[in-house]
Amino acid sequence: MSGTSDTYLGMPAFPAAARDAVRNETLRENLRHATHTIRDKRAKAVAELDDWALLRAAGRDVKERTLRHLDHYLLQLEESVTAAGGTVHWAADAGEANRIVTALVKQTGQSEVVKVKSMATQEIGLNEALEAEGIRAYETDLAELIVQLGDDRPSHILVPAIHRNRGEIRDIFAQRMGSWGRPALAGLSDDPAELAEAARVHLREKFLRAKVGISGANFMVAETGTLVVVESEGNGRMCLTLPETLISVVGIEKVVPTWQDLEVFLQTLPRSSTAERMNPYTSMWTGTTDSDGPRTFHLVLLDNGRTDTLADEVGRQALRCIRCSACLNVCPVYERAGGHAYGSVYPGPIGAILSPQLRGTGSDVDASLPYASSLCGACYDVCPVAIDIPEVLVHLRERVVEGGEVTRNGERVTIKPAKGHTAERAAMRAARWVLDHPGALRAGQRLASRTRRLHPKRLPGPGRAWTDTRALPEVPAESFRDWWQRTRGGAR
Amino acid sequence: MRVALFVTCVNDTLYPRTGQAVVRLLERLGVEVDFPQPQTCCGQPQFNTGYRHETEPLVRRFDRAFADHEYVVTPSGSCAAMVRDNYPRIGAKAAAEGRGEELAEAAGRAVPKTYELTEFLVDVLGVTDVGAWFPYAVTYHPTCHGLRVLGLGERPRRLLEQVKGLELRELPGAQECCGFGGTFAVKNAAVSAAMGADKVRAVESTGAGAVCTVDNSCLMHIGGTLAKKGSAVRPVHIGEILAATEEEPYV
Amino acid sequence: MNGSVSGGASSSRERVLARVRRALADVPRDERPRDVGVERGYLRVHGDRTAEQTVDLLAENLADYRALVHRVDAAGLPRLLKRLLAAHGSRSVLVPPGLPSEWLAAADPAVVPDREADTAYELDTVDSVVTGCAVAIAETGTIVLDGGPDQGRRRITLVPDHHICVVRVPDQVVRSVPQALERLDPGRPQTWISGPSATSDIELNRVEGVHGPRTLEVILVGGGSERQAPSVR
Repeated sequence: MSGTSDTYLGMPAFPAAARDAVRNETLRENLRHATHTIRDKRAKAVAELDDWALLRAAGRDVKERTLRHLDHYLLQLEESVTAAGGTVHWAADAGEANRIVTALVKQTGQSEVVKVKSMATQEIGLNEALEAEGIRAYETDLAELIVQLGDDRPSHILVPAIHRNRGEIRDIFAQRMGSWGRPALAGLSDDPAELAEAARVHLREKFLRAKVGISGANFMVAETGTLVVVESEGNGRMCLTLPETLISVVGIEKVVPTWQDLEVFLQTLPRSSTAERMNPYTSMWTGTTDSDGPRTFHLVLLDNGRTDTLADEVGRQALRCIRCSACLNVCPVYERAGGHAYGSVYPGPIGAILSPQLRGTGSDVDASLPYASSLCGACYDVCPVAIDIPEVLVHLRERVVEGGEVTRNGERVTIKPAKGHTAERAAMRAARWVLDHPGALRAGQRLASRTRRLHPKRLPGPGRAWTDTRALPEVPAESFRDWWQRTRGGAR
Repeated sequence: MRVALFVTCVNDTLYPRTGQAVVRLLERLGVEVDFPQPQTCCGQPQFNTGYRHETEPLVRRFDRAFADHEYVVTPSGSCAAMVRDNYPRIGAKAAAEGRGEELAEAAGRAVPKTYELTEFLVDVLGVTDVGAWFPYAVTYHPTCHGLRVLGLGERPRRLLEQVKGLELRELPGAQECCGFGGTFAVKNAAVSAAMGADKVRAVESTGAGAVCTVDNSCLMHIGGTLAKKGSAVRPVHIGEILAATEEEPYV
Repeated sequence: MNGSVSGGASSSRERVLARVRRALADVPRDERPRDVGVERGYLRVHGDRTAEQTVDLLAENLADYRALVHRVDAAGLPRLLKRLLAAHGSRSVLVPPGLPSEWLAAADPAVVPDREADTAYELDTVDSVVTGCAVAIAETGTIVLDGGPDQGRRRITLVPDHHICVVRVPDQVVRSVPQALERLDPGRPQTWISGPSATSDIELNRVEGVHGPRTLEVILVGGGSERQAPSVR
C-alpha cells in the first residue's frame, strides 16, 4: 500500500504486542469493563427483534449480491451521484486517494478541514498526507479527538479510545486542547458529561468556520446515489452540512443496490454497534441540494486492496463488513490484547481477516494476525452480516504457512510461505505421517508410557509456552488403544 | 444398536479413562461398541493451523475406518465439529482445485453419521437419565465448538441434571472461551494463559469440586492451569461423570 | 470526472473496474444481479399494534432515549409551544419558511426566519428551533426530517441547542424502519433523529449532549389531522 500511514510500519507480530498488553493491568481493566458493558447491551438490543436471524441472513444476501456484481453497482452509483450533482473519483490505492483529496482541498484555497470519523481515511493515512501538504485535519468524533490530541492510535472501530479511561481522557484534554485550539477550562473533572462538554466547546469554533468537510460513509445506494452516515454525537451532521465543500472517501464495498436495502442495515447496524434501537443521528444525502448543505460534493471511491480481497472466494466475505464492531466486543482475545496489537486501523477479529487481505501477508504482523484467535466463534455468532470469521482465519493461516496463488495490486502472483514456519511445517508433516500409520502411533504411545516417569514438568523450546502457566497432563500407563486390545482382544 | 467409538487421538494417548468410561456408559445403555483400529486423528490440529493438505489423508482414513458403521460416537465436541464443519470444506476445496470429488464424497459419508457423545445420548438414544451417580458439586463449561459449531445447547446440562447426587453450579461467563484453541495455546501463550486464568477464577468462584466439559483438550488447558496454581478443583470429562454409578463410582 | 484534480482519473477508474471484473472470474458470465437471491423473510413490522398503540410506542421509545415528549391536540399546540420556549428561557426561535404561522402565534421569543444567507455563526446565536417532520418511526423512536417546508435546511436543527419537533399523530407515524423508507424520497437530504446528541466514547457510558441540540422535545399533536405534512408522499 503506497502512501499508507507509517504508524503501523514495523509493528511487532501479534503475540509480542499482545504479551505487553496482557501485562498492562490498567489497559486490561479498561477493556474488560468496556467490552463487557457493550456486549451485554447488544445482546439485549438484538433480543428485542424476534426476526434477527432473518435480518442477518438478508444482510448477508444483499452484500453477497453486491459483491458478486460490484462492477455493475459501482457504475450505477457513479451515474446516480453524477446525475445528482456530485463528482466521482476513483482511487486504486492509498497514495492515489490522498493525492485526489489533497488536490481537492487545495482547490478550495483552505488550509484546514473538519473530519467525520472515517475508517477509510485512517486506513490510507489521509491526515498525515494532508499535514505534509500544509493542511490541518481536525478529527471531530469525541474518541478520535482523544486519540488525535493524545498523539495516540485508535484501538477500536467504534470507540477508538476504548483503551483510555476517564482519568486519562481528562489529562489529555487538560494538557493538549490548548495546542489544537480552544483550551479546556481550568479544573476540568473526569466526569464524562463534563468531558463531552469540553469537546463541544473546543470543536464548535472549528465547525462554525469550516469550509471543507471530509467524511466516509456507511452505505452508498447505487440506484439513487444516496450516501448514508450513521453517528451519535452530531459531529457528523456538522461536517456534512455546514462546509461549502464535502469530500467523502468510501471503500468500494460500501455500495448497496437499492434504497429498500437500507431497511435491513438500519435495523442491524445500530443494535450491533452501540446496542441502540437507532443511533441518535443518521444523515443521508444525494449529490447536492440547492441552499441546503455543501454546494460541492466529491465522492472518492477507494480500492486499496479491496479488489484483491474480492478475488479470494473464501476471503471475499470480509468485504460484507459494515464496521459495527460487535465482533471486537465479544472477542476474548481482543479483550486481553487490546486493539493496538493488531497493527492496523481494523483491530479485533474482523481486522485479523481484513488486514492480511488488504495489505497481504508479507509483514510480521500481517502474517501473525490469522493466528490471533482461539477460533471460539463468538465473532461469527454476533456478526450482523454473517461473516464466518473463523473460516476465513483458517483459510488465511493456510496462505501463511503454504503460500500459493493470491492477487496483489490486481495481479495474480504466487507467494512463498511466510518465514518462521519451517520447523512447524516439518512437525505437522511428521505428525500426519504418524497419524496415517496407526502402528507408528501405537509405538509412540508405548514409548511415552514407558518413559512417563522421566518426563520433565517443564518443557524446553516452544513447549515452554505451555508449561509456564499450565501443568502437563500425566501420560497414562496404557493408551486407550492398548487397553482395548488387551481387554477386548481381536474385535476388529 | 451398534456404534463405532471415535475416541480421538488426545483421549487415546492422554485420557484413556474417558474412552473407557464412554464404552462402559454406552454398553450400560444397551449399545454395542466397536473400536475400529485404523482410526487415529480427525486432523483438527493440522487443519486449524493452516495445513489443510496434511489433513486430507486423515479425512480418507476416517472415512475408511468407519465405513461399516451407521453411527460414529465421539467424546469430543471439537473433533465432532471438525468432521461436521470442516470435512465438507476440505472436500469442496479439493474439488475446486481440480482434484476430483473423492474427498467431498468421503466428507459426505462422514458428516451425517458423526455424533458428539451428549448429542448421541439425547438425540439418538433419547435418554437424559443415564443412571449415573456422582455425589459432588460440579460446574459445567460449554466448550466453544460444542456450543457454537455443533449447537449442543442444553443437552449436556440436561444429562448432568439427571445425575444422582450431582449438584450443578452455574459458571459465571460460561460461554467465554477458556483460551485453549489448539496451537493458539502455544502461538499466543500470553493471551491464552490470561484467558485460562480468568476461566479458572470463574470455576473456583463456584465452589464446585469439579469442572466438566465435553472436551478433554479444553480440560487439559483448564486443568493444567488449575494444577499449576495448586487448586483442588478436578477437571472431569462429562463422559466419566455419566459413566459413574454407585456400583462403579468415579475414582 | 474532474480531470484537473485526478490527472489519471479515468485510467484509475478503468483500472479499478478491470480489477473488479478479474476478481469475479468465478461468477458465471450470464449471472445477473437479480439472480443472487435475497431472502427477505424478515418482518415488515414487529408486534401487533393499533394506530393508538403505535403512537404510544413512539412516545415510549423517544423518551427512552431522553427526548422530552409532549402530547397535545391541535388547538393546544400554540399554548404548549409558548410554555416550552418560556421554560427553556429562549429569547429567539428559528423557524423554517413553511412552518404554520399559527404555531408560534402565542410565543414570546423573537421569531427568526431562516434565510439562506445566514451563516453558521448567526444560527449559533439563536436559542431554539421549531420544526415539523416528514415521518416518525415508532419501533425505534426516530423522527425523520427531509427538508420539507416546515423543516427547513439541515443546519437549522443542528446548531441551536434546543430543538422542538412537532409530529402529527397518527398520520405521520409509521411503525417500522421498512415502512419509513417506503414513505421517504431518497432525493431529499434527510436527518434521522433518535433522541438528543449522545456519545458512548468514554468508558462506553452513554452521555447525552455533544454537538447537536442538547435538548430535543417532541410534541405529538393529535386530533388535528386536517392536512398532510407537505413532505410525505
